[in-house]
Amino acid sequence: MGDKGTFWMPEQASTLASEIDGLFYFVFWISLILFVAVIGAMVYFVFRYRRRGDGEHIPAPLAERKVVEIAWIAGPLILCLLVFTWGFKAFLKQSIAPADAYQIQVRASSWAWNFTYPNGTSVGSELRVPVDRPVKLTMSSDDVLHSFFVPSFRVKFDVLPNRYTSVWFEATEVGEFDIFCTEYCGTGHSAMLAKVIVQSEEDFKAWVATSGMGDMTPVEYGSVLFSQQNCAVCHSVDGTRGVGPTLKGLLGRPEQFTDGTSLIADDNYILESIINPAAKIVDTYPPAMPATYSTLQPQQLDALVAYIKSLE
Amino acid sequence: MSATTLTTRDATPPPVHYLNHDKSLKSWLLTLDHKRIGLMYLVTVATAFMVAGVLAMLVRYELINPGMDIMTAETYNKVFSMHGIMMVFLFIIPSIPAVMGNFVLPMHLGAKDVAFPRLNLASYYIFVAGGLLVVGALIVGNVDAGWTFYTPYSSRSSDSVLFMTMAVFVAGFSSILTGLNFIVTVHKMRAPGLTWNRLPLFVWGIYATSIVQVLATPVIGITMVLLFFERLLGIGIFDPALGGDPVLFQHFFWFYSHPAVYIMILPAFGIISELIAVFSRHPIHGYRFVALSSVAIAFLGFLVWGHHMFVSGQSAISAVIFSLITYLIGIPTGVKMFNWVATMYRGSIWLQTPMLYALSFLFLFAIGGFTGIALGVLALDVHLHDTYFVVGHFHYVMMGGTVIAALGGLHYWWPKITGKMYNEMLGKIAAALIFVGFNITFFTQLVLGTQGMPRRYYDYLPRFETMHEVSTYGSWILGAGLFIVLFYLLASLFRGRTASSNPWGAATLEWTHATSPPDPHNFHQTPIVSRGPYDFHLLSEEFGDGHATQEIADTRETQPG
Amino acid sequence: MASSSSPAHADSHPAHLQHHFVSSEQQFDAAKMGMWLFLVTEILLFAGMFVAYTVYRVWYPEVFVQSSTLLNPWLGGLNTLVLLGSSFTVALSIHFIQNDNRKGLIINLALTMAAAIAFLVVKYFEYTHKFHLGVFPGEHYSYSEVAGPYVAQFFSIYYIMTGIHGLHVIIGIGLFIWLTVRATKGHFSSAWYTPVELVGLYWHIVDIIWIFLFPLLYLI
Repeated sequence: MGDKGTFWMPEQASTLASEIDGLFYFVFWISLILFVAVIGAMVYFVFRYRRRGDGEHIPAPLAERKVVEIAWIAGPLILCLLVFTWGFKAFLKQSIAPADAYQIQVRASSWAWNFTYPNGTSVGSELRVPVDRPVKLTMSSDDVLHSFFVPSFRVKFDVLPNRYTSVWFEATEVGEFDIFCTEYCGTGHSAMLAKVIVQSEEDFKAWVATSGMGDMTPVEYGSVLFSQQNCAVCHSVDGTRGVGPTLKGLLGRPEQFTDGTSLIADDNYILESIINPAAKIVDTYPPAMPATYSTLQPQQLDALVAYIKSLE
Repeated sequence: MSATTLTTRDATPPPVHYLNHDKSLKSWLLTLDHKRIGLMYLVTVATAFMVAGVLAMLVRYELINPGMDIMTAETYNKVFSMHGIMMVFLFIIPSIPAVMGNFVLPMHLGAKDVAFPRLNLASYYIFVAGGLLVVGALIVGNVDAGWTFYTPYSSRSSDSVLFMTMAVFVAGFSSILTGLNFIVTVHKMRAPGLTWNRLPLFVWGIYATSIVQVLATPVIGITMVLLFFERLLGIGIFDPALGGDPVLFQHFFWFYSHPAVYIMILPAFGIISELIAVFSRHPIHGYRFVALSSVAIAFLGFLVWGHHMFVSGQSAISAVIFSLITYLIGIPTGVKMFNWVATMYRGSIWLQTPMLYALSFLFLFAIGGFTGIALGVLALDVHLHDTYFVVGHFHYVMMGGTVIAALGGLHYWWPKITGKMYNEMLGKIAAALIFVGFNITFFTQLVLGTQGMPRRYYDYLPRFETMHEVSTYGSWILGAGLFIVLFYLLASLFRGRTASSNPWGAATLEWTHATSPPDPHNFHQTPIVSRGPYDFHLLSEEFGDGHATQEIADTRETQPG
Repeated sequence: MASSSSPAHADSHPAHLQHHFVSSEQQFDAAKMGMWLFLVTEILLFAGMFVAYTVYRVWYPEVFVQSSTLLNPWLGGLNTLVLLGSSFTVALSIHFIQNDNRKGLIINLALTMAAAIAFLVVKYFEYTHKFHLGVFPGEHYSYSEVAGPYVAQFFSIYYIMTGIHGLHVIIGIGLFIWLTVRATKGHFSSAWYTPVELVGLYWHIVDIIWIFLFPLLYLI
């Protein structure tokens, strides 16, 4: 993190931040100038026209001038409309997430955050996101109202129990930033904290791939992925016939294929069947398996293969 | 006669006045006299302010360091909720209208009383009943839902929310009846010659407030009824677990509570107009603009409630509309500020304690207004919403605005209410301490907010510690200043000099046509009004009939001109 | 103005004129304006509930149509007629006292009271029938013939709106008892009948609110 923030604003760590800060400082300087003018005039008048002597003097009333009154209706009105237009434009930008944004699901409950990634990985207390890539969070709550706030990104939105709300941001700095809950939610409200950890694209990909693994063994992690990826819809693990062949005792089993070839199932065959299922179709089964599993990360594939090999 | 001898001049109090014509307890408890009712409100409301103020000091003390200092998170949540509820519903909303409105409004109009004196007494007792329900909730186990009662948290947290919804409903009823009473009083009870263009601006302020009270308060009433039944019967209007919608509650709540902000600030505008005119000895510049801007604010105030909900889940279109109207409301407010400062131009400015409060109001309310504009900016509000910036902003408006104006008004009318002068030197010291303490307490909170410190936090990250510490020190200075005020005002009752009927040389009827303290029926004879409320240069001209001569002679003696 | 020199405590005031008013006209105007303002707050009180009704109806129109079939439009219609009749008798009572016909006043006040009680009796049968079926508001709803999400919300709104309206009818009965007692004591005459007029205004508002409740809840 290069930028440490200013007296008023925390560091700028998203693409929105500089725009919001520009808006803030615009309002700030206009306010300051007007404030100094009005309060300066007040102080000057107090000094210049303070009551002297015995107070016998009653000053003549001033005539009211419509021009003056209208001027200080019109002047502020123009300034306000200017600020409104700017605020409106920035709000549009803030509200509409780019179509290619990386999607993460957020669940809030009293008093914890939980983040779920497209591959099914689910973690609490830290939100890892790639740098320089738009990220859209789709949020909902399990109980009462919460609100998702990252000051360094200048984003905030309430998290409701009966509907989805969303925020998006594009982090510009690698580093750690605070997440606060800003809608009062009871005893643990001020402890409902989490961190955004912004990583480089590669680090992030590698983390997402293994993030669910934690300190599990590859076989245990493989079993989690097996259910997350819905493998069991087609492949049983107890020997019953499904849409696809059972995986029970697959390692070392002789397989006969529709093109007439055959082989003894080994690690390479299992891996190939996951990432390129159409290559070899077991006889009597339809070529029903999609090729989408090729997008799994190497560590995940290793874990799946290890799990399938363990099914004796 | 010099300015200093004016206030030190020995005045003789009238032998019979509203405080001593009947001293029995019954004559107080069942009084129909608007002045006595105003005084009873003053005692009640000041008590609520002190209790809520002590709670505020506890909140600030807990926040001096991160982690636990003097209370647990549960206690903290109850303490800040109680602070908010008592300050809003038992102090700020009734403060100026019920205390000074009651005491001053009929006298400003040259009337003997408000239109419905019995209803007035009833509103007082209804208000007391509401206050007792709040105390009941305090004893039964407290409420920790904040003063906003957002569902579904409030439909699940402690059962004393039931008490609290009742309390708000009952206190609201009192507010409605007071507003209704004042509207009719302004329309029907004006003295001969007192045209709308000659009304003191305090009357305009109270009148605009009353309109808001009558139109907005029933909505919070029904909201509280629905919330009550939600907890009691699970009717499922607001609680999503039962199929309800929490955002609907926020719409209902803010439809009242945003106009309620103007219930709190419009009477303050009225007092400031009086103070600036009297202590500059100049008619308010742009009288009609100042008067009508109050009414404009009252009506626009109904159209901006959604600016509390930019990040709540309402549609983006509504957010944009609410933001736009929010700016429009800044315009009439600005008109007032400019006109007040213009009133001082070429005036003869007398820096007595009430004027010090008026000047500090201009300073603090300007900051409150500008931070309000910042919060109305759609994209910026996303960052600032529900942070300490909001806390700082509304304290600048509510406390820096309303409380400071109420203190100014209390000092201004104190001689009229009690017939005694307070210690001017202590008054100035206290006003300065309050001003300094207030800024230290709340300016730091603005900075905390832009830095991202969320509100209603019991604990916080170490990087916010310095600012929180400074803010707590400020609250001690502020508390000390307020304590000094309490001390010298009470002391003045026993040892204060007797006030003359018009120590400030003001030109409104309560000063020119009534003794200090006033007669039980305010005026010995119905005044006739032949000039504006701030025509100080016409002060010495004859008006009224036979009886007024004595008062005018008195005025001439005390106030040159 | 003529009042300028009149002393504050005039001895010639009629009994009903309070000391802080200058004239009977001023007192009557003030009272009437106060009552109108009060009625505005009543309308706003119900407006909050109408908003809740509208919001849920817009969100779940078919549920509301289905739920309203549980309400008996004939009983609702009967109550509408009863209340309309009572509005007429209230208007008559004011007409009679304007002509110093105290007997006519008392008879019509009694008729209005009877209508109000009849309204409540019908309402009582409607409520108890629903309670018997298990049609309760909110989470206590347990009637299985008409069920589904948000049916309970319809009945929550139904009970609260008709309940608060019913409370107004009960308050109205109390006011009519008070008026009748004062009328029999001879407190009212064509010179002064402000309470009759104000209670009449109140009763018209109670009727008008029912005129809106009936079609919204029972018919559409």
